[in-house]
Parts: sequence; C-alpha cells; structure tokens
Amino acid sequence: MSVVTPYRTRAQRIGRGVLIGFCALVFAFLVLPTLAVIPISLNPSAFLVFPTEGLSLRWYAALFESPAWTQAFRNSLMVAVATTLIATPLGTLAAIGLARMRSRLKPLLIGLFAAPMVVPVIIVAIAFYFLFAPMGLVNSFVGLVLAHTVLAIPFVVVVVHASLQGFDFEVLRAASSLGARPHTVLLRVLAPLIAPGIAAGAVFAFMTSFDETVVALFVAGPDQRTIPLQMFEGVREQISPTITAAATLLVLLSTLLLGTAELLRRRSERMNRPPAV
Amino acid sequence: MATSSRSASTPGWPVSGAQSRPPAAQGAGGWTWALTAPLLVFLAIAFLGPVLLMLARAVSDAELPSAWPQTAQLLRDWDGNGPPDDRLAAALGTEILAARRAGTLNRVANRLNYDLVGSRSLVYATGDALERGASVRGFADLARIDRRWINPAVWTAMRHAAGPRTSFYLLASVDRRLDGDGRIVQVEREQAVFVDILLRTFLISAVVALLCALLGYPVAYLLATLPSRWANPLLILVLLPFWTSALVRTTAWVVLLQTHGVLNEALIGMGLIETPLALIYNRLGVYIAMTHVLLPFLVLPLYGVMKGISAAEMRAATSLGAGPLTVFLRIYLPQTLPGLLAGMIIVFTLALGYYITPALVGGGADQMVSGSIAFYTNQSLNWGMAAALSLLLLVPLTLMLFAGRYLTKSVPV
Repeated sequence: MSVVTPYRTRAQRIGRGVLIGFCALVFAFLVLPTLAVIPISLNPSAFLVFPTEGLSLRWYAALFESPAWTQAFRNSLMVAVATTLIATPLGTLAAIGLARMRSRLKPLLIGLFAAPMVVPVIIVAIAFYFLFAPMGLVNSFVGLVLAHTVLAIPFVVVVVHASLQGFDFEVLRAASSLGARPHTVLLRVLAPLIAPGIAAGAVFAFMTSFDETVVALFVAGPDQRTIPLQMFEGVREQISPTITAAATLLVLLSTLLLGTAELLRRRSERMNRPPAV
Repeated sequence: MATSSRSASTPGWPVSGAQSRPPAAQGAGGWTWALTAPLLVFLAIAFLGPVLLMLARAVSDAELPSAWPQTAQLLRDWDGNGPPDDRLAAALGTEILAARRAGTLNRVANRLNYDLVGSRSLVYATGDALERGASVRGFADLARIDRRWINPAVWTAMRHAAGPRTSFYLLASVDRRLDGDGRIVQVEREQAVFVDILLRTFLISAVVALLCALLGYPVAYLLATLPSRWANPLLILVLLPFWTSALVRTTAWVVLLQTHGVLNEALIGMGLIETPLALIYNRLGVYIAMTHVLLPFLVLPLYGVMKGISAAEMRAATSLGAGPLTVFLRIYLPQTLPGLLAGMIIVFTLALGYYITPALVGGGADQMVSGSIAFYTNQSLNWGMAAALSLLLLVPLTLMLFAGRYLTKSVPV
C-alpha cells in the first residue's frame, strides 16, 4: 500500500518539496544522457554536439550505406534469432517443470538456471574462448549462438516462471482427464494460456543476444562482427556521428521490444491471477 | 482425435490409469524433471563444463609437461637439493632441441619466464646452441653452454612448472610466489599489481553501490508513496535505462563527457570554464557511468519492498505522538533496510565483474579485475593467470551472494 500521509506542517511540505526536487534530478540523470544522443545524431555537422543549424539524416544514410554496419546488423539479427529459437523452448519447458516441482533439489536447480545471470560475463566469455579455441570454434556462429543462449536462458526461465505464478494447474488436469495426451496438454492447453509470458521471455532472449558485447569480443571473428562489436570498436578508437545514429536506433529498438515485453508480462500475470473473491 | 473416443467412455473422471503420467498429476516428480532435464543437460555442457574447465587452468600447469614430458617427470622425482643429476640435464638437452624443432619451445619458455624473468632467453639461447651441434650428456655440459644454468633459481622455476598441479597462478594472483625453499613470499614490488587491482575493483564497486543507494533510496521512496497514476509513468523513467544496453548508455556518456563533448562545449560556450574539464578516462567517469548503468538494479527491488510496507503502522506511531523523523527512522527505515541491502548487494556484485564500462570510460589506473582477465586472455595469452584472476573474482562474489541471501531472507523476491 502507498504511504500517503497528509502533510500538515510547513516543515513536512518543505521536506516533500526537497524530495521531489532531488528525485527530479535523479530522473534527469537516468534518462537525459541516453536521450541526448538522439538530437546529436541528427546534427548535420561532424561535431558531436547539439545541432544548431537544422537537422539532417546524413548519419543515418551513412549508417545504412556502410557495408560494415549492414553486415553487422545481419550478423546480429541471425545470432539473436538463433539464440531466441533455442533459449525459448528450453527455458519455457524448464520453467513449467520448476513451477510444479516439489523436490528438495529445487533451490539448487533454480540457482543453476539463474547462475549465468550472476556470474560475470567476462568469465563466461573466457570459459567459451578457452574451450572453443583448441576446437577451432572461435570465430564461428555456432560458438556465439551457444554462448548467447547460455546468457539468455535465465531471462526466459524467470519471466515464464513468473507468468506461471497463480496459474491454475487444475486446467491441465481437466484436459488430461478428458483424454488429452501430455504433449497435447502442453501445446494446446498450457502454451496458449501462458503465451504472453513465453513471448515476453522470447523478447528478453532476443535482446540479450542482440545487445551482447563481451562474449562477442572473445568468440566472434571478423566474419561474425555484431552491431555491439562495431560500436565498441568505434567508441574505443574515434567516436563518430554514425555511432550516435546506431545508438539512437538501438535505444528505440530496445525500448519498443522490451516495453512490449513488459506489457505482455503484466498481461500474462493479470490473465492467470485467480479471480478476486 | 484418436484420444477423444477413449475418453468418452469415462466422461468427467480422472483417467490417470489410461495414460502414462498426465502432466497435472498431483505431486508427481517425474514429469517435472523430464521438463527441466533438457535445460539441465544444456547448461551442464555449455555453461558449468566450460566454466569449471576454465577454472581448472588456474591450478594446472600443462606447458612444461606437454613440451618436455620426460624432463617434467624427472623434475617431479627430484628432491631439489644440490645440482640436478646428469640424467635430468641430458633429458632437458634432448627435449629443448626436440621442442625447438616442433615449435613448442616458445610456450614453455614463456611459462618459465612468468616465474623467473630471463628464463626465456636462457631457454632460447640453449636451443640455438643445441641446434648448432652442442650436445648435453650431463649438468656440466649445460653449464658450459650457458652459465645461467648453474643458478638454482632456474631449476626451482622449472620444478614449479613441472605440473600437473600448481599453486603458481593462484599465488601470483595475490602477488605471492614460492621461493626456493617452498615458502610463500611476496613478489618483487614492480610485479606486485594484482592486490592493487583487486582492492581497486572492490573500492569502485563499493562506491558505486553507495552512490546507487544515495540516489536510489529517495527515488524508490517517492515512487512508493505517490498515487499510481503518477508512480507508473515515473517508473517507466527507471525502466527505460534498464532496457537500454549498457554499451549504448556508456557510449552516450562518452559523447557527453569527452574532452570536446557536449558538456565541456556547453560549459565553455557559457563562459563558465576556459579549458575542458577531464570528466572521462578517469575515476570520475567510471563512477558516473557505472552508477548510471546500475541504478535501476537498486531502485526496482527497493521499490518492491517499499510498496509492501503498510501505512497503518506509521499512522499508529504518529497518533502516539512520534515526530516524522522518529517515524521514518524507527518504523520505516528498519523495514526497508533488507531491500536496500539486497539492492546494494546486487549492484556491488554486478559492478565487480563489469568490463565494458571501465574499458570505455576509465583510464589506465581505473581498470578492474575483468580488464586484467581480458588482457591475459587476449594479449599476453597467459591463460593460467586469466583463470586464477577469474577464481579471485568468483570467490568474493559467491560469498557476497550467500551473505546477501542470509541477510535479506525477508525480501520477497
């Protein structure tokens, strides 16, 4: 419940004002730096400052005409789609299993499934590098997709598991009592009911891979350069206006996709919440 | 469907006998394990396996045994007292030449050089001499090829590297090494860098966690006390950076803070400063960018905890005559401490392993353990060292997480 208390005294009103003022500054700190990139990317000049002489899509044109960036986009898309296709079913099945599991080993299992989220990415990255380098899998799409799948799985498990909270598993009993086979129950009864949760998990998996930099730095070769790698190198060498255009597009894409995922997640939690008595 | 006719005979009744393991069987363990099994197997092969194999490199020494197998065996059997016997010296001579021709000499030479600077040139020089026709039948021949072979430290280094297990990398990761008598001693001052880097990593993570707490607590409090028609749109302002990747947000900070970046140009334009301020490629830049990236990780769980605190207790306290400050300090703050602590632990542990942000906005003196791990993996190719540093990072991280679980049992996550 909210803790709204009436502000009677003058001191309390001033305190509230100070709080709101401070929070406004923190909100500005949170949001403005990222949003500042958008006008800068529309600056017709090559200087990384706010535009003063009109707006231009020049740097976006440069972005779309650059073979390096378009190839990086294709690579990122391919890796992210493959990661999503593997991580979503694996994570969804595991989340369903976890939701009904009563074993004493359950906390251990949850710990393992969440571990790739907790272990520093640099450690996952070099673990893959050491494993793949002798096998010749460094500089391959297979290696990159495998590593990204590991990083994406916790998000799928957590999101789908959350959407199963309050789910009425009696529905499944009813279906099987009517003769539906296990796979039918799973695919035709359970899956449609938690579809928003699964979709949200898939979006998280996609964005995890699409935004991933550290593993790609180690495992990807010149032929697997992804968008984040292209950006990382650019920022490290000499930051160009093209990068601000790419950053703007990435901000828009992730806001759009993860905003949708958030809505889906809430919808799925609402859908499966037991009716109020 | 084939099953529909069968189920028609027992409408409305559970037909568990007719099917093997219906998915909704009460308390059944089998199918839940069957559903989790694919992921379990996948993570065991693609995550646990690689990470454990990587960490094993921190305690294993493979360079010398793989390049000089017989020498390694003899070194392990030798007690290390006095000069090495002729059999060992002869085996070493044979295997230096063989390794030189097989192209594996550089790896073992590098490994010995980690332990004793100068070993590399000694091994190469000996290899060159052997190639030119020198022969080694005993210790005296080695000493004749290069006087440095009579230095006992060379043989100590070789004994340390003979494998298969080693404490070398783990000790080196805390600036220690074994001396000739097997005692743990401090390495030379110019080589002692890792303790500094580790302490710096802790310091940066702790400062970032503290900054996040200072900025995040009031925000979470405001969000939790506003009516939802105000709180929900403001929550999006916290989620927005949460959704944008750390790389993009770090890039934005570079654009803003760099020498001729937006902020400096604006300040100069307004006449407030004459020369650009050094806002980036130093510790300040690291603190700003990392706090920005990690702040949502503190606000969101804390907001969850604060939403669950009942206003009734505070009204009760007020009605009993407690002032607002007393109510906050004695009623509200204690209830939010576990949430605050949980958020700070999340931020601290995430900060410990951060690589991208310090690499892009930090200077040379702001690199954290993750930067050293990357360096030893990519540039110096000293994988044992990279593995030992990873272990050094994982141990405090795991301890923090367990401590966090213990301290914050009451946080509903």
